[in-house]
Amino acid sequence: MVKPIFSKGKIVAKTGNEMMAEAMRQIAPDVVAAYPITPATEIVQIFSQFVADGKVPTEFVAVESEHSAMSATIAASVAGARAMTGTSSQGFALMWEMLYIAAGLRLPIVMAEVNRALSAPINIHGDQSDTMGARDAGWIQIYSEDPQEAYDNMIQSVRIAEAAKLPTMVTTDGFIISHCMAAAEVYPDEDVKEFVGTYKPERYLLDYKKPFTLGSIEMQDYYFEHRYQLAQAQRDAKKIILDIAKEFKNKFGREYGFYEKYKMDDAEVAIVTIGSAAGTTKAVINELREKGIKAGLIKIRVFRPFPADEIAKDLANVKALAVLDRADSCAGTFAPVYSDVVAAMYANGVTGPKAENYVYGLGGREIDMTHIADVFKHLDEVAKGKAQASKTVEYINVRIK
Amino acid sequence: MANLKELSKNAERVTGGHRLCAGCGAGVVARQTLIAAENMPVVVVSATGCLEVSTSVFPYTAWKTPFFHSAFENSAATCSGVEAAYKSLIRQGKIKDEPIRFIAFGGDGGTYDIGLQSLSGAMERGHRMLYVCYNNEAYMNTGIQRSSATPQGASATTSPVGKVKQGKEQPKKDLTAIIAAHNVPYAAQAIIGDFNDYITKVQKALNTDGPTFINVLTPCRLGWGCKPEDSMEMVRLAVDTCIWPVYEVVNGKYKMTKKPRGGKKLPVGEFFKYQSRFKHLLKPQNAELLANIQADVDAKWEKICNLCGEEVIK
Repeated sequence: MVKPIFSKGKIVAKTGNEMMAEAMRQIAPDVVAAYPITPATEIVQIFSQFVADGKVPTEFVAVESEHSAMSATIAASVAGARAMTGTSSQGFALMWEMLYIAAGLRLPIVMAEVNRALSAPINIHGDQSDTMGARDAGWIQIYSEDPQEAYDNMIQSVRIAEAAKLPTMVTTDGFIISHCMAAAEVYPDEDVKEFVGTYKPERYLLDYKKPFTLGSIEMQDYYFEHRYQLAQAQRDAKKIILDIAKEFKNKFGREYGFYEKYKMDDAEVAIVTIGSAAGTTKAVINELREKGIKAGLIKIRVFRPFPADEIAKDLANVKALAVLDRADSCAGTFAPVYSDVVAAMYANGVTGPKAENYVYGLGGREIDMTHIADVFKHLDEVAKGKAQASKTVEYINVRIK
Repeated sequence: MANLKELSKNAERVTGGHRLCAGCGAGVVARQTLIAAENMPVVVVSATGCLEVSTSVFPYTAWKTPFFHSAFENSAATCSGVEAAYKSLIRQGKIKDEPIRFIAFGGDGGTYDIGLQSLSGAMERGHRMLYVCYNNEAYMNTGIQRSSATPQGASATTSPVGKVKQGKEQPKKDLTAIIAAHNVPYAAQAIIGDFNDYITKVQKALNTDGPTFINVLTPCRLGWGCKPEDSMEMVRLAVDTCIWPVYEVVNGKYKMTKKPRGGKKLPVGEFFKYQSRFKHLLKPQNAELLANIQADVDAKWEKICNLCGEEVIK
């Protein structure tokens, strides 16, 4: 029986989308501009019902494309509103230039992003290629393992975005989590309201007595400095994320960090991954541990900014690790998360562990306990020197001719 | 009728010192639009283009109003977002309940083509805003490429005159009709060469509680190939030749607000002869093309006269 951690918490059965919509209801943003796309659509549909029932004071703009969704959200934010949106995959891809603009303008927008595969081929199921494709945009990226995390991450992100002055996306694996019901804890409206507080922008367009120009063209003499400031804001965001997580824990009870360590203290073989596959991995680890295999997991929650030093330290004593990417880079070499992990290790002088990269689950392809067990089996052999780590990315559960 | 003497007593809200070319009509559009707004608080947003780029080179700005630009194709969506924030914050008592007007600028490129979807969406949703398309009939900021607003036969850098082609092949799109078909409460065509007509229209639009649109013809002396000092006369000739009808659509009712000077319709050549983008059309080998263009202008002129309930000046 699942029990609430917060004294005033209540256990509900909700999907990832429902939990994100619920968080949005409690946050009650001033403006939501959004466009439908599977599997994110439900979030905005549920939210639209809140609007129709007068449960939120939000001005909902049913825009005519995702590009306009992000454009209107950006504009609302500059105007002085707390503004949010939600999308997936192709919709996310359509707003790609606006993502970079939101970050470049340092706007505290929060987006619910339900991870879905990118076309072509068209596929509506869960993988992380969409948000991985925008990892350079300057947004904070927080990935959720389950509906509880999705809810908690949305609430924290409002504060994170506003303190860091960086737009923040919170994700769930499409269909796998977005449409999967789980027992989860929700907090009372007034407690969430108190936690997120009121948005107090330094300046805003509607303050017409103090006019300013935003979105200027900049020549070679200014652009670089502003982009440097953006990069620095990502570095500064690390402390903000931890501070807000601490405040969240003190109030609501759940602990969050850059990543979750599962049985890592003495781990000899480890998997690093993001999202719902972490749950499957934990189940495999439990079985392996019973057999005496020292397996562990690092489940990354905050991918941007990337917790490089911390992750390098926590992987330093592992003999062999595998990074499981739910997106590919088509680089002919390695996938996104692996590249960041190994760069972090090398930069920190961690060259001991052997590192493997796997791409799994594209287009919602199944990953189950046997696949994970096979990965650990291979890592075990690599750790013992009986097998070599591959010099390029490997693939799980795909028919290769 | 606007009283220029009275209006000129108000503080200028877009200043000089910007980088627009001598003779550019876009600056006139911006200035006259804000003059029309009198002392009403306004928030201005703009698409990427000559107007935006020339008036906001960091760390300078020519705008004394709040001014925001984010991208090229989304001026209307941007305006929608600002207006939505305004409604929401007033509703929640987070800002004072007082009137602010929202004005979106876009060139013909950023409006007719890449910005069409965004404009259509905003007009359909009914935001209270004014969208001003400063129409110089090509993508001027990037070097005079053709847009769907470019007239048939005009030479542009992506529809140049050459051995086998004689400029843009298609007649221009009728965007004002498209917006009128959205059943907006106010849509209009105007020129910069008649401040009274234009300012009156802007004031009507700003006083309309709904989505409004004005398509204002302005020259780009470089793109049109005419003298900078002739800008005003150029657009007046566009009216005299009936190439650019000046009218308004108020709740679906058409009204012509300006007619050719002296009630005389001039042949299109009287507009073309001052502009190097058209000079090839006046060559004997292009006589047939010129005749086709004239016939097209005549047909459209008759159509708009009928819509406005006006006798067709031939």
